[in-house]
Amino acid sequence: MKLKIVVPLALGILATGLAAAGLRADPVDDRLVIDGEREIPTRAKAPEGHPFDEVVSGWLYRTEETRALQADSFQNPGMLYVERGAEVWNTVEGAAGKSCASCHGDAAQSMKGVGAKYPKWNEAAGKPFNLELQVDACRKGNMQAEPYKFDSADQKAVVTYIKHQSLGAPVGVDLAKGKMQSWWDRGKDLYYTRTGQLNLSCASCHEQNNGKYIRADHLSQGNVNGFPAYRLKDANIVSLHGRLRGCVRDTRAEMPKGFSDELMALEVYVTWRSTGLVVETPAVRH
Amino acid sequence: MATPKPRVKVPAKAAKGEVVTIKTLISHEMESGQRKDKDGKTIPRQIINKFTCTFNGQPVFWCDMAPAISANPYLEFTAKVMESGTFTFTWLDDNGSVYTAENKIAVE
Amino acid sequence: MHLTRRRALGLAAGATSLAVFGFVPLRARAANAEATDAAIKEFAGGAVPQAGRIVLDAPEIAENGNTVPISVAVESPMTAGDYVQSVMFLADGNPNPSVATLHFSPMSGTAAATTRIRLAKTQNVLAVAKMSNGAVFVDTKLVKVTIGGCGG
Repeated sequence: MKLKIVVPLALGILATGLAAAGLRADPVDDRLVIDGEREIPTRAKAPEGHPFDEVVSGWLYRTEETRALQADSFQNPGMLYVERGAEVWNTVEGAAGKSCASCHGDAAQSMKGVGAKYPKWNEAAGKPFNLELQVDACRKGNMQAEPYKFDSADQKAVVTYIKHQSLGAPVGVDLAKGKMQSWWDRGKDLYYTRTGQLNLSCASCHEQNNGKYIRADHLSQGNVNGFPAYRLKDANIVSLHGRLRGCVRDTRAEMPKGFSDELMALEVYVTWRSTGLVVETPAVRH
Repeated sequence: MATPKPRVKVPAKAAKGEVVTIKTLISHEMESGQRKDKDGKTIPRQIINKFTCTFNGQPVFWCDMAPAISANPYLEFTAKVMESGTFTFTWLDDNGSVYTAENKIAVE
Repeated sequence: MHLTRRRALGLAAGATSLAVFGFVPLRARAANAEATDAAIKEFAGGAVPQAGRIVLDAPEIAENGNTVPISVAVESPMTAGDYVQSVMFLADGNPNPSVATLHFSPMSGTAAATTRIRLAKTQNVLAVAKMSNGAVFVDTKLVKVTIGGCGG
């Protein structure tokens, strides 16, 4: 009778100790080859001034079954949203009677490599734009259509579709344009600022503890080259701002609004942190 | 939810008697009937409850599904092909809708 | 056996509750052991399920209970006279153990299939095969469903 209590308790303590000691901490040594044909690099030398020596894709922190889903473009549930995005791309909306295709034609041509360069400085708006904001600007300005509601199904689908046209293209944020550098500075500050009842910053997990487990999640470096990503937890495609809001919610802080200045600054900074990696959209993550 | 879209992967050709692998995926939330909304009311179940695959009209493989099948249901199975023809796939929704897809295969 | 449990426990920080469950006999802690047994009985139609011929593949640890890939393969000539009629998947810890029933025909070529399922928590996944001659075979795998950390 006593053993039933003592042994589990001892193992519980051992478990905590083992986890804290970083048991099975390393991301795996595996290569991402999509459909046996297209190799996607998942490790790279970090850029100048980066806190890490090497940037590592979140793909390498997932279990074998999850990694396999991303390596098969048919099985990858994220591809369902790419397909939906293609439909949206070709659908006429708004008073001007246009679809995205009316101006941009075949996305495979016109959008090739484009998504990889976002977020981008937008002079007219005086702030960085991500793909979502650019799409909204096009809808409003050129299609005379309503901008999307944050994280609407069509918004996520069309952004996934556009970003997917950059699959394999290196992540690249141009900090020289406009005031991008100051937004990067602000994003960096936010990254290292602890918030919420749990008093955690992005760095608490993704810089100081990547490779370790938080409960049973294998913490990655927090790179963003795979977004929008199919998350098993949501069984749905998840946008970057959706993900960032969730992280903040989990520190038990108030969630910043989607596309707020705060999240845009953070997006500029964390996209820069992913420099070296290539676009994996739609990535498959837990 | 937007109209569920099927995706099917069938080889374009095969040898007579070959066993081919067929992969199918359909976008569908597979609402289990276990979840509750913000007001505490149970969200009604709505799933794909049956999948069928026929070849030239003959049943090859079919599957009855419960809410424990994940969203965006994935089914992979095999078929032995003895002649050229058409695979027809159907997905039956709780709400009565039927989604279909067809793939031809050339068998020599 | 001991080592396996310790390794599993080492994966979940603060896994005291898992540690407690680890020492209770597996079937007894299944939320729906009775319903699972009843489903097998009905499917088997009088035949006694035996081990062998059927192999269920499931991950040892599911990264997320929402989407757990599983596959099954049953040895069979798959001829008109001798084939696998159906395979039933059950999850004995889910609110309802039914997962899916797959129906094969001699035109299937092989009695093998893959799908993705939802598991509410750590539990046994069972695959039960019924042959055209009425024989029934079963395989079971314990799948550990982990509790995530946070995010999104």
